[in-house]
Amino acid sequence: MSTQPNGLLELHRIERTFKVGRNLIRVLDDVSFSVQAGEVLCLVGESGCGKTTTGKIAAGLLPPTQGEVRYKGQNVWAMPKAAFREYRRAVQIIHQDPYASLNPTQRVVNILTAPLLRHKLVRNRREAVEKALELLQVVDLTPPEDFLNKYPHQLSGGQRQRVSVARALTVQPQFLVADEAVSMLDVSIRVSLLQMLERLREEMHVAYLFITHDLAVAKYFAWDGRIAVMYLGRIVEIGPTPQIIHRPRHPYTQALLSALPEADPKATRTKERIQLRSLDVPSLLNIPPGCPFHPRCPLFQPGLCDTRIPSLAPVDGGVKVACHVVTEGAAQ
Amino acid sequence: MTEQRLDGHLNEEYILQVEDLWVSYQAERGTVKAVCGVSFNLRAGETLAFIGESGCGKTTLGLTFIRLLPATARVERGRIWYSRGTEAVDVLAMHEQELRHFRWRECAMIFQGAQNAFNPVLRIWDQVLDTARAHGETDKKKIRQRMEELFQLVQLEPRRVLRAYPHQLSGGMRQRVLIALGLLLNPSLVILDEPTTALDILTQRSVIDVLRGLKERLQFSLILISHDLSLAAELADRVATMYAGKIVELASVWDIYYRPHHPYTVGLIRAVPTLSGDRGRLISIPGSPPDLINPPTGCPFHPRCPYTTERCQEEEPPLQAVSPTHHVACWHWEKVIAEGGERMLTKAEA
Repeated sequence: MSTQPNGLLELHRIERTFKVGRNLIRVLDDVSFSVQAGEVLCLVGESGCGKTTTGKIAAGLLPPTQGEVRYKGQNVWAMPKAAFREYRRAVQIIHQDPYASLNPTQRVVNILTAPLLRHKLVRNRREAVEKALELLQVVDLTPPEDFLNKYPHQLSGGQRQRVSVARALTVQPQFLVADEAVSMLDVSIRVSLLQMLERLREEMHVAYLFITHDLAVAKYFAWDGRIAVMYLGRIVEIGPTPQIIHRPRHPYTQALLSALPEADPKATRTKERIQLRSLDVPSLLNIPPGCPFHPRCPLFQPGLCDTRIPSLAPVDGGVKVACHVVTEGAAQ
Repeated sequence: MTEQRLDGHLNEEYILQVEDLWVSYQAERGTVKAVCGVSFNLRAGETLAFIGESGCGKTTLGLTFIRLLPATARVERGRIWYSRGTEAVDVLAMHEQELRHFRWRECAMIFQGAQNAFNPVLRIWDQVLDTARAHGETDKKKIRQRMEELFQLVQLEPRRVLRAYPHQLSGGMRQRVLIALGLLLNPSLVILDEPTTALDILTQRSVIDVLRGLKERLQFSLILISHDLSLAAELADRVATMYAGKIVELASVWDIYYRPHHPYTVGLIRAVPTLSGDRGRLISIPGSPPDLINPPTGCPFHPRCPYTTERCQEEEPPLQAVSPTHHVACWHWEKVIAEGGERMLTKAEA
């Protein structure tokens, strides 16, 4: 198939449950989105909202319980083996913790050459090492020769994360899932890593599913892309980044943005705050009926929000919102 | 009034006066110079935030104040004067008994990630009692009353939470329990190390609001240690930027954020994306953090600084007062101010 009407990677009505003891918890419910080649989609939300699970499902590390993951229009879990292998090569993941995601017993050179040799992307070891040097250069670890023989523990957090990115790049991916990839790094290092990831997008046309809890980082990295806000396993708002940041429609997005402290004393001390009706996040074992946000929502309307689950509906500005009150207001 | 050197006698305006503090760790590779000649004064009722990146010495500093450094650490030099009414005592010279009184009754520290340090098999109330008893408070009724008051202030339901086990509370709730517990014996000085790290946005907000409310009500002095510049922007009266174990800039929160004089402070602030406005440009500070075993000669920031001259490589700039309330350790602060720190930006983008 040469046409890709639904983008490079598409998640279609994904549901995912986990068994915890005797309980079945639903971590994702009806999650759909698609990402085009070279596009950035940021997933934001608080811990436990399902961001990481979504990332793992997108990268094929975890099958969905319901729904389809489609790579170039094909359901990846119903593909022939060779096609699945091709999808797994094209979609790579960068994990949050660079201290945990690199094998501590392997030198950088082995970390980078192993996937090259495994996927037969090079003819021999000499070529693999050459390629590894090239990749270290791409992720700004220069001079690359200095890093080849280092073990992960000899590198700083920022350098390790760059090695993780280089490892992901060995197999020439078209799509990177970055799960809180810069969250653990110090601010001065974080920016250069973000700039490096951005350069990959420009130069290699890599698409991103960029997962973060930090809305300001999402704004910076996905300024010409989109943001999807998740709450208790559902996408509650999705749209172009400037719209989500400057004109949030969903009361949860509004609450998040108003609560965020900023590195600007005047702005952060005078910002108007949205008060929620409750501070408690409901347990996934006991998701409220209707709109899962209704027990905390300032716009709550009894009889409406606690009975029907709102689905994502388009409003203006290319934004989709899952909120009865907002979409009704927009329709009128 | 000088921030760097004291005349040796007590100034009642201050609750804490730190003079020329040096702390190092013994490591296999050599001596790690974690805190190098830190001096500052903390006014009663003031909030002072220490900002800086990992390894800049800010946590070591906090641990030194309450003498909880690990065995591999050594205080090489310095004095920490704590004002107790009309007399000042050197925390570093306190013996065991005195220290016990000092900790928690006079100075409470709430550690990073300590919301996970509760005993999982004890109810919150029992842990409160343990703490109180360990510090010589035995009147159960009085403790209960105080705890209920404090819980109200940190927006927790006393009856439910005191009866709960730690696992029944969310991370944010545990953090608020911990803050209340820290204030149990009414300390006049509180040290918070990364109080909101690892908390979600909405929880973080509630902790920040609680802290602000508590400060207004209880009037304690607060030392805030954080890598999070937005937290300091929210809560601090004054901010100290730390780099390589030194205070490189110390000023009011407004001056630090709107008129930073040190290139490193400029870099830190402009490396954080904001929500308002367009995408904006961010600074990425080139190079990597200094090696504290072999710190650079001269100004420790010189290898990463676009303002570096020969002098910076040879001579270390002292923390000097450029106005009565603004101190900076940089030979070129006038140039930094004149250019609005623009050079940090250009170098990063080049």
